[in-house]
Amino acid sequence: MTAMFLSFFVLGAGALGTALAGRTRVGRIGPFAAVIGAASSAVACLQFLLKGAGWDLILPWHVPMGSFHIGMDALSALFVLLISLVGALGAIYGRGYLGHDPEKGRVAMSWCWYNLLVASMLLVAVARDGFLFLVAWEVMSLSSFFLVMFDHQKDEVVRAGWIYLVATHIGTAFLLVMFLLLGHDGGLDFARLSASGPVASVVFCAALIGFGTKAGFVPLHVWLPEAHPAAPSHVSALMSGVMIKTGIYGILRVLIFLGEPVSWWGWALVVIGVVSGVTGVLFALAQHDLKRLLAYHSVENIGIIALGLGIGLLGVTAGNPLMATLGFCGGLMHVINHGLFKSLLFLGAGSVLHATGSREMDHMGGLIKRMPVTGATFLVGAAAICALPPLNGFVSEFLIYSAGFTGMSSGTAVWSGLAAIAGLALIGGLALACFTKALGIVFLGEPRSEPAAEAQESPLSMQWPMMALAILCMAAGLAAPWMVRLVMPVAAQLAPAAVNLGAVAASQEMLFRISLASLILISLAGAVFWLRARLLRHRSVRESVTWDCGYAAPSVRMQYTSSSYAQPIVEMFGLVLRTRRELEPPEGLFPTKATLHTHTEDLFVRGAYGPAVRLISRMADRFRWLQQGRINLYILYIVITILLLFLVCLR
Amino acid sequence: MQSPYDLMVILLVLLNFRLLGASQLGACVNTVAVQALLIGLLALLTPGVSWNWMTLMVVFVTLIKAVVLPALVRRAMRETGVVQEIEPFVGYTFSILIGTGMLVLSFLAVRPLQVPLDGAAQVLVPVTLFTMLTGLFLIVARRKAITQVLGFLTMENSIYLFGVAFAIQESWLVQTGVLLDVFAAVFVMGIMIHHINREFDNIDTDRLSNLRD
Amino acid sequence: MIYSLLFVFLALAFAPFLMSVINRTKAFFGGRSGPALLQPYYDLVKLLRKGAVYSRTVSWIFHTAPSVEVAAVLAALAVTPLGGIPALLAFPGDLLFLVYVLGLMRFCVVIAALDTGSAFEGMGASREVQFSALAEVALLVGLAAVAAKVHAVGLSDMCREAWAGGMFGENGVTMLLVSASLLVVLLAENSRIPVDDPNTHLELTMIHEVMILDYGGVDLALIEYAAAVKFWVLGSLLVSMALPFRGTSQIGNLAAGLGGLLVLALVVGCIESVMARLRLVRVPQLLVVAGVLSFLALFNVMR
Repeated sequence: MTAMFLSFFVLGAGALGTALAGRTRVGRIGPFAAVIGAASSAVACLQFLLKGAGWDLILPWHVPMGSFHIGMDALSALFVLLISLVGALGAIYGRGYLGHDPEKGRVAMSWCWYNLLVASMLLVAVARDGFLFLVAWEVMSLSSFFLVMFDHQKDEVVRAGWIYLVATHIGTAFLLVMFLLLGHDGGLDFARLSASGPVASVVFCAALIGFGTKAGFVPLHVWLPEAHPAAPSHVSALMSGVMIKTGIYGILRVLIFLGEPVSWWGWALVVIGVVSGVTGVLFALAQHDLKRLLAYHSVENIGIIALGLGIGLLGVTAGNPLMATLGFCGGLMHVINHGLFKSLLFLGAGSVLHATGSREMDHMGGLIKRMPVTGATFLVGAAAICALPPLNGFVSEFLIYSAGFTGMSSGTAVWSGLAAIAGLALIGGLALACFTKALGIVFLGEPRSEPAAEAQESPLSMQWPMMALAILCMAAGLAAPWMVRLVMPVAAQLAPAAVNLGAVAASQEMLFRISLASLILISLAGAVFWLRARLLRHRSVRESVTWDCGYAAPSVRMQYTSSSYAQPIVEMFGLVLRTRRELEPPEGLFPTKATLHTHTEDLFVRGAYGPAVRLISRMADRFRWLQQGRINLYILYIVITILLLFLVCLR
Repeated sequence: MQSPYDLMVILLVLLNFRLLGASQLGACVNTVAVQALLIGLLALLTPGVSWNWMTLMVVFVTLIKAVVLPALVRRAMRETGVVQEIEPFVGYTFSILIGTGMLVLSFLAVRPLQVPLDGAAQVLVPVTLFTMLTGLFLIVARRKAITQVLGFLTMENSIYLFGVAFAIQESWLVQTGVLLDVFAAVFVMGIMIHHINREFDNIDTDRLSNLRD
Repeated sequence: MIYSLLFVFLALAFAPFLMSVINRTKAFFGGRSGPALLQPYYDLVKLLRKGAVYSRTVSWIFHTAPSVEVAAVLAALAVTPLGGIPALLAFPGDLLFLVYVLGLMRFCVVIAALDTGSAFEGMGASREVQFSALAEVALLVGLAAVAAKVHAVGLSDMCREAWAGGMFGENGVTMLLVSASLLVVLLAENSRIPVDDPNTHLELTMIHEVMILDYGGVDLALIEYAAAVKFWVLGSLLVSMALPFRGTSQIGNLAAGLGGLLVLALVVGCIESVMARLRLVRVPQLLVVAGVLSFLALFNVMR
């Protein structure tokens, strides 16, 4: 408890300090405060995880609504752990990343917002009062908005920022409605929030939209692929790895308020999960901007998390404890695991951006030789996000799959099981296609441009966080049976009736076997590699050119590009992706110039939001006469509004 | 094996998928013929059918549908010199996925009907519906006149199958009537195709839209 | 346990032999006498005794990948049952480990191919990931259908039940459909006709072969061996679903299973002899059909 307060205090002081202090020191104060703050909050949640002592605290607060009520339980601890871990590593990375930025002013402000963002996310996770929660939520949205606007000279960044701001406020509006429906006799204290019957379903829908906007469920995800690439990379890592998970946290919290679930809630989450997963990975495949690709993958992984939670809920309603346990644990483990490998990948992308100055994958290549640490850690992240054993991504997807298979073999939830299995299989296959592309085009082969050829490894302060995350990815994969103890209490909190000792023991037993098999895999690989090295030791090992059919003058531009690599799949799903291509084909016997541009715009931006925005702005045009640019007129409007409200209240 | 009956029903479903996924006209014609043959066999295997003149009737009808009508279609193809490639409006892979959807839909649609049938024959009703939908889909989603004839034949097969499901004795009259219709239709279409071909050097029904003012 | 161990050793020893059976079958159809039955072994020994030539473009990934591939496929072998013979390492959900460990193998092949910076290899890699994404769906949905039919989630339990119930028992139609689907998956995953032609000589038309163009010597031996074991792994699954046998003794089970694998190799040889490979645009369609077959199998269980 003390550690938690210390954390808020340090983060707050850090934010204030960077905003006020001279511009010379901020490069150190900002990240330092963030690391200390995150570390002390980590201590707070470790205290809970190790000793199991939850706490609850209500402070007097002079705001008419709500109270300053915070607390710590299993669900909060899980998210606090993730926030502090990624928050601290992001801060260390950011010190190197922003270190050479000439504009000290914006760097200072960005550290202020960074500290605020970490603090507000922590507050979201521990808040126990609706009003406090909304305040923290709003601070979180605003501070991340300002972080996205870091490069505010660029038009695309401003556009991304505004899209994010609008999206997040639409979400908040739904949350407001949700809390009003949940609240009784005026108070919004979490202990007293509840709903039942049809109201519960309405609350669930509002939560799904409100929190889903933050989490990035399709079709509410449109801000995500805009905002994440625009932000500085350590901020992208924090937003993508952690901040969008607060949406998942919110949904889980609401599920606890609502008590007994209804089966269609589970189905809704399953459908959202599959649709988000498949759409996310497909659009990721069509991108050639590295960070945009990663952002779409966040949509995909949020889909996987939703899928796991939905299967868990269906397990509860179908009365299948093992399925419920596996589903919830899988979804929750994926929250942690995705936080680890997605942050790692964004940091890697940032390192590449730092070295080459570009996010365009087709300008890169061969970076693994020039940036060995970034390359190796990116490889670990890519394998983890493809759910390959022995890494952590596999474990959480394994649990969700197993939940589907359990529902299927027991005959209690066949169709949802099928949706989970088929959905995950397709997502998995396409994710593998997408990350072999990202890894292969960016890091392997020959450099495709001058900056890529001259790229140099990033400074140590950027390498350490990446290495730490890569090691954590591997450790979390092998230590899955112990990791699952972290999430098991949360699953029990969500479905006290369904998660019983038998189911817990069964799922832990499965994970032990997985770890054993993974260990066998690793030792086999080591043994074979040793054997190979031994065989080659005294033999001639020469170097030559890559086989090119005997062609004597290969150029780097002949390599496969990201667009050509993804083309067959993009073509296959052309109905959904609708990639635009502008082709100027080579003509004549001695063609001189030929160009091909492809661009894949988001399906929902083009099909739904674009037209809607145009319609609204056309309608808004009619009210232009209200806006005269004179302040006294505006005050008049306010007075009139207040008078009208008075009249309504008096009646 | 559960029973040869079950296997044949599954085969029937698979033949429908073959129709949806085939890219060659000849393969489609053969599939429709095999389908007719299979349904004839199913009719003979249906429990409760005794060997009498009805059997002869079934054999006769099956022969017409499995041999004569496909032969007519093939002749039309030969005479018009139509290209074998089917030219779908809806791609083959997507057609197959739509087919899966139609299959699920058929089973869902039949579930509340309380079909007064027992055991093995019960599954015939949704399969009938699926075959009919397949025929309709072929008519809608393919470009050439020949495929539309084939879609028509598939639908006829499905109606026959429906007769089989509800014990053949009571429906032979309907069945023969439908068969006559189809027979006439194939003739008319054959002549039509012939004429369209002669006028336009082509049998894409798509191009008939050129006729509008 | 002893038979599981025996099965693993037999797999390690005879996996290349199945490749030889396929080649001999093809030679028989072609009216040739074909290579010696032990030819794959001669090739492996020859390659293992050679040095290596690497491209200047490649990084450590290219050097490490073959070892990881072999390790991955051996780990897959450890969870593979054959009919009545349980796997060495059997646990609920092991089928997922199998599928994803094969995924790891594919990942390594693909990134090693991209590491060479060759357009040919990029092309092969691009096709490989496209086709395997679809094959994975067919495989997992097919296994899910079996799981729903026999009410088990462990691969060994599933195969034992399927094997005993078999295609001519009450599981009949379901197993038939799953087997058809698994056969397509087997052909696609092992780069056989009609998806890929292992004997083609034109880089532009290859899939698997083009991705390993730049390998030679020890590394190539490892890759070839891994490919043979992969065929054995997926073949064992297919045999367990497709060829029913109610053995009373484990030794009988093992013998029947091995016989089944031989038959499978003959069947694949026949398919390769009588079919041409499909146009590349038609391959996804074939794989979607395999997925639909798996789905029909499940539908047949649940209707």
